[in-house]
Amino acid sequence: MKDFLTYLVTGITLGASFALIGSGFVVVHRVTRIVNFAQGSFAIIATMLSASLLRGRLPHGLAEAAAVLVCGVVGAGVGWVALGRRGTHPLISLIVTLGLSILASAVIILLWGQDPVSPPGLHGHVTLLGVEVERQRLLVLVITLLAFAALALFFSRTYLGKALTASASNPYAARLVGIDVRRMGLLAFALAGILGGLAGVLVAPSNALSFSSDLALALSGFAAAVFGGLSSPGRTLVGGLLLGVAGQLTAGYLNGSYQTTVALLLMLLIMIARSRTFVAEEAK
Amino acid sequence: MLRIDDLVVRYGAAVALDGVSLHLEAGEMVALVGPNGAGKSTLLNAVSGLVPPASGSVTCEGRIAQVPEGRQMFPDMTVEDNLVLGGWSVRNRDLGEVLDLLPDLVRLRKLKAGRLSGGQQQMVAIGRALMAKPDLLAIDELSLGLAPLVVAELAEHLRFLNSERGTAILLVEQEVSLAFELCPRTCVLEAGRVVAAGPSAELAESEAVRRAYFGDLGVSDELMAGFAGTEVHS
Repeated sequence: MKDFLTYLVTGITLGASFALIGSGFVVVHRVTRIVNFAQGSFAIIATMLSASLLRGRLPHGLAEAAAVLVCGVVGAGVGWVALGRRGTHPLISLIVTLGLSILASAVIILLWGQDPVSPPGLHGHVTLLGVEVERQRLLVLVITLLAFAALALFFSRTYLGKALTASASNPYAARLVGIDVRRMGLLAFALAGILGGLAGVLVAPSNALSFSSDLALALSGFAAAVFGGLSSPGRTLVGGLLLGVAGQLTAGYLNGSYQTTVALLLMLLIMIARSRTFVAEEAK
Repeated sequence: MLRIDDLVVRYGAAVALDGVSLHLEAGEMVALVGPNGAGKSTLLNAVSGLVPPASGSVTCEGRIAQVPEGRQMFPDMTVEDNLVLGGWSVRNRDLGEVLDLLPDLVRLRKLKAGRLSGGQQQMVAIGRALMAKPDLLAIDELSLGLAPLVVAELAEHLRFLNSERGTAILLVEQEVSLAFELCPRTCVLEAGRVVAAGPSAELAESEAVRRAYFGDLGVSDELMAGFAGTEVHS
């Protein structure tokens, strides 16, 4: 039982990071219909940058915040390239983001090398449900929940959030009322950069990340986002947590190397189960 | 207040508007009629700045808001959010004035726009355009797909808006009788050109105009007889 609880709690905290990455996918897809495969790169860039800033004696909190903000700017840059000219098909943009993630890997190797990096985070443990949990992992969960609450409030309560939703809902009508749909797309990418960066600085102290970790992160995040139909942040959070727990249970009771396989299998099952909903949404 | 001079709009090689000129005074109501593909919607989109002119010019003193063809709701958002977003360009989030003008919207404000009837959606579309505090309301197909009673009610709102607020209206309308009835002046477009323009009452009487441009719209003599209270000379 204790083992199970351990897997459960670590799974939830790990799943929170998947959900954060996934929410980046959701924000961009909601507004632009683009699947942004550079989403994992934001996490790596933030990790490397925060590690460098911490080495440069910038205090905790500030270093991470600066790294996350830089990722927001990088996100807007990715959006600027991926959105291209008006009328660029989302599938073309998807390939562009894939290319940009490869470019990002090259730049990361150039600037920071190939070794995995794990910047210092919170030390110590707390006991939760009789299970010892690293405080850093708990921080991931808390910040993820806060980020999702903020995201939900932003989309439902703020004028700008509504304009973002409107751009996704009916781009023609959005242009008609004077909303700059392209600028909204850039904003969505910037938000995705911030969310991805946040995931990076939160995860890296517990799991070292290298230039090549972006794909695994993006894959897990994407699976969570698919659970949310690529449009619902709330369901993405649930999907991320489920995925994290399933992965940890697999690693604990079976074998750690099956984790990604389980993630992919889950994603496949969800897609099959939800295919009708997707078709219905497409038809709308 | 609106001056369209020698406007040419092209979609690739196709010429959608071919030297169209039209002037609107402040507070005027003008109808744009003509067969399908005549360029009416293109003209409206050019006026709204959604379509760039190839040559010629569109100048407007004041703000323009468009009520687009097909209503173009944000379907998953509430009526209130649809309205509020209409004021985006002028940062107007105060629904009070629009709800005063269109009181039917008050009880709909919390409903999702996608779930409303066509008439209700058209009302929201008009309300959304009014949120931009326009001096000119450009309406694309007011009556399309709506029951006559609903259309009559919407028309009444437009008349009120025009007389009380002085909002100019440029109305694209397939339903010629409605266009003539609502707008004192009408401009007839065909194949991207203005082929007739003038007081609606005169145009309604004009046998040549009727034969040439409304015959293919299936307008019956009885309907024509109803325009502006005039008889059709056959």
